[in-house]
Amino acid sequence: MKRRLSREREDSPSSCEGPTDSCKRVRQPTEDSGDLPPDWARLPQEILLHIFQFLPLLDRAFASQVCRGWNEAFHMPELWRCFEFELNQPASSYLKATHPDLIKQIIKRHSNHLQYVSFKVDSSTESAEAACDILSQLVNCSLKTLGLISTARPSFMELPKSHFISALTVVFVNSKSLSSLKIDDTPVDDPSLKVLVANNSDTLKLLKMSSCPHVSPAGILCVADQCHGLRELALNYHLLSDELLLALSSEKHVHLEHLRIDVVSENPGQQFHTIKKSSWDAMVRHSPKFNLVMYFFLYEDEFGPFFRDEIPVTHLYFGRSVSKEVLGRVGMNCPRLVELVVCANGLRPLDEELIRIAERCQHLSAIGLGECEVSCSAFVEFVKMCGRRLSQLSIMEEVLIPDHKYSLDEIHWEVSKHLGRVWFPDMMPTW
Amino acid sequence: MSVSSISSVSSVHWFRKGLRLHDNPALLEAARGSHTLRCVYFLDPWFAGASNRGVNRWRFLLQCLEDLDSSLRKLNSCLFVIRGQPANIFPRLFKEWKVSRLTFECDSEPFGKERDAAIKKLASEAGVEVIVKTSHTLHDLDRITELNGGQPPLTYKRFQTLVSSMEPPEPPLEPLTRELLGNCVTPISANHRERYGVPLLDELGFDTESLDPAVWPGGESEALMRLERHFGPDSNTAWKENFERPKMSSSPLLASPLGLSPYLRFGCLSCRLFYYKLTELHNKVKKNASPSISLYDKLLWREFFYTAASNNPRFDRMEGNPICIRIPWDRNPEALAKWAEAKTGFPWIDAIMTQLRQEGWIHHLARHAVACFLTRGDLWISWEEGMKVFEELLLDADWSVNAGSWLSHSCSSFFQQFFHCYCPVGFGRRIDPNGDFIRRYLPVLRDFPAKFIYDPWNAPDDVQRAAKCVIGVDYPKPMVNHAEASRLNIERMRQIYQQLSRYRGLSLLATVPSNHMEVVGANESQGATAPPTCWRTHSSTSSHTGVRREQQGASRARHSITRQRHALSHRTSPYTIQSDLTERSHEFAIPKQPGRLIWPAGGGTRRSEKEEAGLNRCHGDDGPSSSSSAPKAQDDEKMQEDAEGVAFCS
Repeated sequence: MKRRLSREREDSPSSCEGPTDSCKRVRQPTEDSGDLPPDWARLPQEILLHIFQFLPLLDRAFASQVCRGWNEAFHMPELWRCFEFELNQPASSYLKATHPDLIKQIIKRHSNHLQYVSFKVDSSTESAEAACDILSQLVNCSLKTLGLISTARPSFMELPKSHFISALTVVFVNSKSLSSLKIDDTPVDDPSLKVLVANNSDTLKLLKMSSCPHVSPAGILCVADQCHGLRELALNYHLLSDELLLALSSEKHVHLEHLRIDVVSENPGQQFHTIKKSSWDAMVRHSPKFNLVMYFFLYEDEFGPFFRDEIPVTHLYFGRSVSKEVLGRVGMNCPRLVELVVCANGLRPLDEELIRIAERCQHLSAIGLGECEVSCSAFVEFVKMCGRRLSQLSIMEEVLIPDHKYSLDEIHWEVSKHLGRVWFPDMMPTW
Repeated sequence: MSVSSISSVSSVHWFRKGLRLHDNPALLEAARGSHTLRCVYFLDPWFAGASNRGVNRWRFLLQCLEDLDSSLRKLNSCLFVIRGQPANIFPRLFKEWKVSRLTFECDSEPFGKERDAAIKKLASEAGVEVIVKTSHTLHDLDRITELNGGQPPLTYKRFQTLVSSMEPPEPPLEPLTRELLGNCVTPISANHRERYGVPLLDELGFDTESLDPAVWPGGESEALMRLERHFGPDSNTAWKENFERPKMSSSPLLASPLGLSPYLRFGCLSCRLFYYKLTELHNKVKKNASPSISLYDKLLWREFFYTAASNNPRFDRMEGNPICIRIPWDRNPEALAKWAEAKTGFPWIDAIMTQLRQEGWIHHLARHAVACFLTRGDLWISWEEGMKVFEELLLDADWSVNAGSWLSHSCSSFFQQFFHCYCPVGFGRRIDPNGDFIRRYLPVLRDFPAKFIYDPWNAPDDVQRAAKCVIGVDYPKPMVNHAEASRLNIERMRQIYQQLSRYRGLSLLATVPSNHMEVVGANESQGATAPPTCWRTHSSTSSHTGVRREQQGASRARHSITRQRHALSHRTSPYTIQSDLTERSHEFAIPKQPGRLIWPAGGGTRRSEKEEAGLNRCHGDDGPSSSSSAPKAQDDEKMQEDAEGVAFCS
């Protein structure tokens, strides 16, 4: 028994190192079996399964070598519903990868059990290719969620498009009840979305596809038209259209819960289209509680078409410098705003803009300011107006400009008082 | 047998940091009642060539040693620079010099402590009395740790609070003088210069031909001169220099003749002397107010990182470092080299890196800029790589302070606004709109108009030709698209922080764990020894180790409820999860900063117990063994998390 254990430990499918600890733990009972009741093997399967659910994969693998019963338990479908494939190359990542033998095992014995699958892929093309190879072997499974996650520079984009598409459509065609799909930064295209719609339109609820340059507005419109259960959608601004919003607010469509839009500038001075206020109004009428999350990564002079009319944005993030004027428009036209993050602004203080936002954005509960300037008194006024609904307040210390009323040392008291909890500005080390 | 009862006391003072005669308590101990005093410094010439310290750092060190030697000579003594490793050579010296007392300054860093323990052992075997004094830091760091319940504080605010509850640092001691030396002599042999002289830079194998004159000359004399000028007769100017924010010019970015950080690093300047000079200046300028603790920020940040690192030998690593978040950094040697060699194509970044390489010092805002660019901002390269480059080039890079700052800049620890990336174009422009700093360090861009000097690739061809610098030919094109890179990176950081905070709502800000304790358990590498970590979202014991260990029963119960909810929600709609969890996230809301000691309201004390519990747990595992178990639980933990079907909601 012992011999067998140690032999198997070496060619154990798991990729992880340092197995001695776990091995000892498992071996203990078998070595002392004289003292222990010998009927461990007769532990009911459901109890064993319950215990196994708490064990890390490696420990389960060791346990599976104890006896036939435990080995059977190891392979129970319930334990293989979810898997995250980590695909990293030593040349491009510091992290360990899922061992190839384990991948083979899963494809061979458990692919039909898989339901929630994600791939974490590093910046190398090899890893993205490996992910596609696995995907194209998932023929006899029925996935509910699939996530392709680039942990560093997106590598799926470097694959030949056809290769990626054919792997992805294997899943679309075979898993007819996909409900969540996260394929940000991939070369997915319109025809493959058509395949998705054809096979999964009844079940699809979540689709995240930010920065997928091969998808056109028509491609995403087709998804919105057919997948009436879609509740969460993430895409880039260039895919957003009035038609899309209207399709999402059609009567057949369930209420949308989240819509995330990334507004990214590819080259300076880019022109952006506008969305009609009536389309947004239709959305709000149909899904009164929906969250509109917008991330802006624009140059200052590209904001022309934005915030001219009322927009139902709830979470607003400015990743680059944004002008006072645009923030003034935000105060006027974003009545549903819940969270606002401004990473940078010009050199003039944002006093009036903040006060206006406090005044008009009655739901604002979180604000973050990076490279901006606000006078201490305006900031205190802002906090006072918002009061305790401000649950997140993340302000760099340099943002706050001391004035005649408050010094930097006083401001944390004053703000804490209005918030009803201790608050300090964020600090970076000065060394 | 007491050593002091021996008729003749023969002392050795061992210089490491603390390269000064003023405020040097261990040195004074060496002189007290001694008949002979020898001051030694160990230098391994072989190590010099092999180490990754750059030439500026070696030059600074040798200048410090020369200055020390010449100051000691004024006292009829001198410095003994000993070639080799202390552990090999001390036993021989003890015999040869009949040493009865060894003194040195306390080193708080893990490897220093280890080395000193070994030397103490050798000394005790040789019957040598050892006297150690704290003078590199304002406070005894162990006291701070003790006050915090046995673990170093992990936020700066907490640290400030602790320090302000302590006695002020001890006032600096007088320098060693002839009077204090009394009858104590230094026996100097005829061949002292050959055996123990301060080596020259080229003897260490550095090419000195092409070396520019030092912008930062090393040594205690220089440090004291700077200090004097710093707090010179014009106290208002000094005040501005120290405390008012620099704006709209390149001048703060340049090496100031008043700058002190390298001198503090090598201990040419006592931090306590600096501390008391600051207090004095404050009292002179602001007569009415008592100094607030933020006055000492520069000194305290340094102290904070020394404290945080004092018991953590893996403080400078991601793997096996219990306070460091694991981030899947990209391994990319080419991109790293472009950054380190000032070839990124972003003038602001390249100018800073050029200044760093040439002069050995950059402004702290510049450090933020290049560190953010390398890690979470643009290149997504591990902070450890950046730290190594700083270690080579930066004069004031100390192990603890350097690693600590990189942990902060990369948002790997000590909580930062991860959602805020410094823009490699806009940030510099805000500080120095005219771009004089860039023109100085990147002469190739000198003739660009201010409008394009931060983003010359956007300049029309005729502007580039007029500036005699074509982008892509004379100066590189930008190596990344910042808008796209920061979009990707913020999204990744958001996902990582989201997993840590177990927050599933839409708010970006709410994902920043509001209390450092939550992150303490973040490093998966604790794997086997500490099964629970924050990465496992819902497994029974996992989620709250950091914060609410004493409530394990309760939290377990809650988790089983959550578990059921999840199970159910898969059958119905995964979307209920999100709103549930969004609400649930309020349970985790914890006051922004641990300012408990000064803010009695809001159940602070209970939290601090939790915090301590969390810390104890984590630090209990912070042994050398923790690394061995590191990679173990990775796959499985993530699986566990996925088992709850929350792999990528929101």
